[in-house]
Amino acid sequence: MDMQEKILRLLENDSSYTHEQIATMLDIPVEQVKAAIAEMFEKGIILKYCALIDWEKTEREFVTAQIELRVTPQRGEGFDKVAERIYQYPEVKSVYLMSGGYDLGVTIEGRTMKEVALFVAEKLAPMECVISTKTHFVLKKYKQNGVVFNKPQKDERRVITL
Amino acid sequence: MNIEKVLSPVVSNMKPSGIRKFFDIVSSMPDAISLGVGEPDFVTPWHIRDAGIYSLEKGRTYYTSNSGLGELREEICRYLTRRFGLEYNPENEVLITVGGSEAIDICIRSLVSPGDEVLIPEPSFVCYTPCTQLAGGTAVPIVTKEEENFKLSAKALKEAITPKTKLLILPYPNNPTGAIMTKDDLMQIADVLKDTDILVLSDEIYAELTYNSKHVSIANIEGMRERTVVVSGFSKAFAMTGWRLGYACGHPEIIGAMTKIHQYTIMCSPTTSQYAAIEAMKNGDGDIEAMAAEYNYRRKIILEGLRQIGLSCFEPLGAFYVFPNIGISGLSSNDFCEKLLLEQKVAVVPGNAFGDSGEGFIRCSYAYSINAINKALEKIDKFVSKYR
Repeated sequence: MDMQEKILRLLENDSSYTHEQIATMLDIPVEQVKAAIAEMFEKGIILKYCALIDWEKTEREFVTAQIELRVTPQRGEGFDKVAERIYQYPEVKSVYLMSGGYDLGVTIEGRTMKEVALFVAEKLAPMECVISTKTHFVLKKYKQNGVVFNKPQKDERRVITL
Repeated sequence: MNIEKVLSPVVSNMKPSGIRKFFDIVSSMPDAISLGVGEPDFVTPWHIRDAGIYSLEKGRTYYTSNSGLGELREEICRYLTRRFGLEYNPENEVLITVGGSEAIDICIRSLVSPGDEVLIPEPSFVCYTPCTQLAGGTAVPIVTKEEENFKLSAKALKEAITPKTKLLILPYPNNPTGAIMTKDDLMQIADVLKDTDILVLSDEIYAELTYNSKHVSIANIEGMRERTVVVSGFSKAFAMTGWRLGYACGHPEIIGAMTKIHQYTIMCSPTTSQYAAIEAMKNGDGDIEAMAAEYNYRRKIILEGLRQIGLSCFEPLGAFYVFPNIGISGLSSNDFCEKLLLEQKVAVVPGNAFGDSGEGFIRCSYAYSINAINKALEKIDKFVSKYR
């Protein structure tokens, strides 16, 4: 594994590590860490740092839906152009081109189920290239980005053992 | 009836564990941060747990053979060859035990007679002396020093040997110091032992947690294989402490003798654990490496943190402990740990719990998240600033 990948793996797991901590963990000078991270931002390898949040534990009311879209690829531009038209909407949190029974996997967030359903009905479904949509509401999130939600945080080990 | 008189004097005279007091205090402090744990914070990898569950679903709830499942013994031999270049015959040179602890106990009992001396490098894990005493032997500590990176030196070994010396315990990678023995170090030890009849119990439970180099077993040094019993287990490398599964490998006569004690006292190691362990041996190398890499990051963070605080700290290259010298605080190990716990609510283990030579040191475990380690370091910093 080269140094760039080592830094990325650390940050992917916890982007709150300081440059100093990363330098200590990888036995390299802090300046090298700073330069490598700056370069990776520059090249668009690192896009942004963000927190993984369990919104269920907050007061915020919102729903997530995963939409399966079957679409007609655009002449000369394939699926990219269609995806671009879809990901421009702020309600759309992710868009993937998929193999298998449908073409685009789209994640949408909204305040209520009705809001999401209307978004699909009014914005996505009427698009000329969209052949069909299938909306699946997320009922419960168990694991995301390798992190299990609602896992007991308590350390169950005996506090001191030799 | 005088209940004290009915106890065996050997047991009555056994020193109680040096951490009882701290354990009692810390147990009443729900918000304390502990760096006192001697076991991994990882849960056993799921595919290994799943193999244990599957064995239960299949109704594999019977005793196994005394020496353990044949398939597990075969897999252990393959694993030892693959990872450390050790060659053993699964038929008669391997015994599956209840943790490394049982292997240590029955190895000592198989070899030591009343009057025999057992050499024990210290500071080290706490079981060797009581096990020696239970076997009627005399425990002879060999002090290892910070300035020698807590290694066992050939000179110290030579000085400790007497005509009564029967066995040398070689506990490396070491708990609590984190010291390791390199091939060169081991060759010097082998040089001292080669013209004697002294046997070696090599406790290699932390072998997989060796950083910056690959663990070398003394059994791999020329002439040492037949006089060495290698003890290891699944607890540390595979995060399987609660499964209680270990093993011993060595000369068929010694393993045979150990199996005799094992069959009368234990019958066989837990069957479910043995099935899970087969999966660990077959498909667990990736888990070992991922966990070791994570420990290595934490090792560097805690070592750097303790040094920045001003505690002199030898670089541990094995296990998951650092063993800083607390000299600058002017406190004894016990006082340091008790005050640190009461004032900053951080639990660490006094070095003298691992032998008198551990006085002046504390053991900090880094089997914790980097977050927890950083919080503890901040508090240790405040504490040391106050007393230095």
